[in-house]
Amino acid sequence: MSRKQYTEITAIVLDAQDAFTISELCRSCDVAADDLIAMVEEGLLRPVGPTPPKWRFPAADLPRLRTARRLQHDLGVNLAGAALAVELLDELRSLRARMRVLENLLE
Amino acid sequence: MAMEFKDYYKIMGVERTATQDEIKRVYRKLARKYHPDVSHEADAEARFKEVGEAYEVLKDPEKRAAYDQLLRGEYQPGQEFKPPPGWDAGFEFSGGGFTNADSADFSDFFESLFGTRSPFGGRNRGAGSGFAQRGEDHHARISISLEDAYNGATRSIQLQIPTLDQNHRVTTRTHTLNVKIPAGVTEGQQVRLAGQGGPGVGSAAPGDLYLEILFEPHRLFHAEARDIYLTLPIAPWEAALGATVAVPTLGGQVDMKIAAGAQSGQKLRLKGRGLPGTPPGDQYVVLQIRVPKAETEAQRSLYRQLADGIPFDPRAHMGN
Repeated sequence: MSRKQYTEITAIVLDAQDAFTISELCRSCDVAADDLIAMVEEGLLRPVGPTPPKWRFPAADLPRLRTARRLQHDLGVNLAGAALAVELLDELRSLRARMRVLENLLE
Repeated sequence: MAMEFKDYYKIMGVERTATQDEIKRVYRKLARKYHPDVSHEADAEARFKEVGEAYEVLKDPEKRAAYDQLLRGEYQPGQEFKPPPGWDAGFEFSGGGFTNADSADFSDFFESLFGTRSPFGGRNRGAGSGFAQRGEDHHARISISLEDAYNGATRSIQLQIPTLDQNHRVTTRTHTLNVKIPAGVTEGQQVRLAGQGGPGVGSAAPGDLYLEILFEPHRLFHAEARDIYLTLPIAPWEAALGATVAVPTLGGQVDMKIAAGAQSGQKLRLKGRGLPGTPPGDQYVVLQIRVPKAETEAQRSLYRQLADGIPFDPRAHMGN
């Protein structure tokens, strides 16, 4: 049974100025505050601010957090392993982009 | 319900006699290989789901035993399948301990055997009187073309929203959202659609939907943040003598001046011709000198004149 509904909605682009507080991020990604603090200590998330209540997380941390959670859940890696994987995946992405430029050049 | 019989052992590539440890090892290996965050294989996501579904059954001794019993019947992979009445007699799927995957994505075949869990998440939201809780945020990805990122675009996305019908059975409702994506988004950027997440409990507001922007591969360009890269083939005489050439950009063709003495790999910048923003990105044009073939005697003679007239040893730096 499916009913169709149409809505038009404008997407709000989150950029560097749009930051999440710790409670917003906990709620949005369904993560406990303790787990989030552990992710900051591991260097996976990069908030600005002196103490957890004052932390502001950049929107770019959202996919990092979600990727790490998926890797932890699906592959059984621990937090340190997930943080390492996220770093390496980032590096892999930029290397692949550079490789594409070079491949084009060598064609 | 007609559906395909799935051989979970074959999907995981293990013998039917495999031990639980073996199954776990194989699963870990396949999960790493096909995990959508890690894998670059084209069908990674579909394979990952399939393997996840197979593991969901085989890792759980109760489900595996019930499934093995079914296999001893005459079903073949791919054959149309209907579970025999009372097939699971004597088994009780406690769901405790072993199962923590989200079965929402599993096949009809899986569902017909093991049922489906509540699509509203595993946690009790306690809908007691006066209780109000904001709806869950949902997260998804959307692929757009570079042209869409440059110009802005309206894309329609379909969300499957689980709802309960009159008989309290779970059905899905297709919700089509026309999403206006503003010009100048960059890859990996998050956009928020306010109020498009899960419904709130009680009087609380619904959650938001977050989309991660991905770019489809482009024939000519690729983006790094707001900057656009293009490899531009030029002729040797354009490189040597300098030239003004037409260069494609996302905003249309522009004329670009190449200075005399240009080399392959040289990077020229078209300021402000990248993705829009404050400030806008630039377009980088990487030069690539293409050498024409000498196919006629006249052409060969032109190359010989070059060889005689221009003292040039491209390997001079190698010494000998």
